[in-house]
Amino acid sequence: MELYSYTLHELQEMLRKGEVTSKDITMSVFKRIKEVEGCIGAFITLMKERALEQADMADIRIRKGEIDSLTGIPIAIKDNMCIQGVRTTCGSKILENYVPPYDGTVIKRLKEQSPVFVGKTNMDEFAMGSSTEASYFGITHNPWDRERVPGGSSGGSASAVCADECIAALGSDTGGSIRQPAACCGIVGLKPTYGRVSRFGLVAFASSLDQIGPMTKDVKDCAILLSVISGYDSLDSTSVNSKAVDYERALKGDIKDIKIGIPKEYFEKGGIDRCVERSIFNAKSELERLGATFVEVSLPHSEFAIATYYLIAPAEASSNLARYDGVKYGYRSSKAKKLKGMYTRTRSEGFGQEVKRRIMLGTYALSAGYYDAYYKKASQVRTLIKRDFDYAFRECDLLLTPTIPNPAFKIGEKIDDPLQMYLFDVFTVPANLTGIPAISVPCGFSKEGLPIGLQLLARHFEEEMLLKVAYAFEQHTSFHLKKPIIKKEES
Amino acid sequence: MKLTRKDVEKVAELARLEFSEEEKIMFAGQLNTILGYFDKLKELDTSAVETTTHASAISNVLREDKAGPSISSEESLSNAPDKKGDCFRVPIVIE
Repeated sequence: MELYSYTLHELQEMLRKGEVTSKDITMSVFKRIKEVEGCIGAFITLMKERALEQADMADIRIRKGEIDSLTGIPIAIKDNMCIQGVRTTCGSKILENYVPPYDGTVIKRLKEQSPVFVGKTNMDEFAMGSSTEASYFGITHNPWDRERVPGGSSGGSASAVCADECIAALGSDTGGSIRQPAACCGIVGLKPTYGRVSRFGLVAFASSLDQIGPMTKDVKDCAILLSVISGYDSLDSTSVNSKAVDYERALKGDIKDIKIGIPKEYFEKGGIDRCVERSIFNAKSELERLGATFVEVSLPHSEFAIATYYLIAPAEASSNLARYDGVKYGYRSSKAKKLKGMYTRTRSEGFGQEVKRRIMLGTYALSAGYYDAYYKKASQVRTLIKRDFDYAFRECDLLLTPTIPNPAFKIGEKIDDPLQMYLFDVFTVPANLTGIPAISVPCGFSKEGLPIGLQLLARHFEEEMLLKVAYAFEQHTSFHLKKPIIKKEES
Repeated sequence: MKLTRKDVEKVAELARLEFSEEEKIMFAGQLNTILGYFDKLKELDTSAVETTTHASAISNVLREDKAGPSISSEESLSNAPDKKGDCFRVPIVIE
């Protein structure tokens, strides 16, 4: 078995015992990248030279006995998180040459443990998309089927983890952008509670929804990475001052007496692929066998979630993206002589179609005369959706749903129909609107061999319960162990 | 409510974007489809419902008004498309 195919916790153990070095692991990962990156396209920027230096540094640290959970482990970072001195593009032409002069808080936290940064992963421009087709730097392919999308917007991170081009990765999730690609690629992805992980140094998309989280090969890796990135940060005013948790410890123990709710609306309204439905019900049986009990719950406003999300997120985005004016950083058009024209030309040349569509949508929803009908209305419905979840959690500890209604779709299939693309997020947006944590774990394969994900959702700050149940499920199934066969291209 | 090509122009102006004629027609069509879907929300009576603008219970995060370290002006200017001395440089604002 090649080193690149191991999990984070397995490699950590091997490093601890001195069986391998970080240099060995890093070389193995870059060998893998050389073989498969040509047909996957997971990265915007690779950091090989720096990575090998970091591996040497990690090995020195390990030899001195100073080993933390991520020391020497090759990690990939979605290209909307700032690493000092490394180009951070956000998948956009407008930030094509932006080199941040500072580290984001999650990067700072990782660096304290001396990991190895493999590179910056591809994403839909400004994280706006569900397929990673909206990147200025090209598309990313799904390792299970090159003709299909890896999901989005963290499709680069998901593909990189799935194809063993890194050991673990970070993504960001505004409406499902961690969980949805995790499901498409058959890996684990967790969106923490709003406020759990600092967003300082994350390029803002929709600030009341954005959250950074782990994307990993299994649940234990997810718990390890979450422990490192979580915690209070005075530089993010939405950061919650909660005590540090060792999520790895939360994995232990049985799941008897845990009550899991199934929202009836999700299955009544149709729209879920038969193979997804079957996998979810098999997962339910497995969890029942492990001692969990199930109860049917109601989320009566479910059908309004997509409309609510696609008003609120673009509205916030239109405001956040006003900063791209060609003055302080990023692209500037040379085609205008005066300031206002420079703003307009810069933005029109610098942003891609989907970003412009959302800026237009958001600007319209916030504009005089339409604010009440759209933005305010959506904010009120958001309250109703939140109440639905509050009521549901009175009857159960967790909710179980599919992560995505059908397996990964074909590249190009939804690109000309934005509304169809938006509807792919139907099961993931509620966790962002309500701020609750949610995890996606592999739970089956379609007959074409495409991964299917199940989603568990918990009350605010109950990540431990999510991880515990996800871990129990994973320990008794083998979906997470299956790997895609990728046609190698020696270059 | 139907969004016209003229409305697209007005919103684009507010957002500091400009489009070709072809794009205006495309955006008008797509935005109408999306806004049509959003009309679903009108089925709900929300007259007595408060708005939710963020998903956490935190409010009024304050800190002491104390100066701390920050990045140098050189670093601040390191990504500037155009600069002069210690300043960002922009095209003329008024003639």
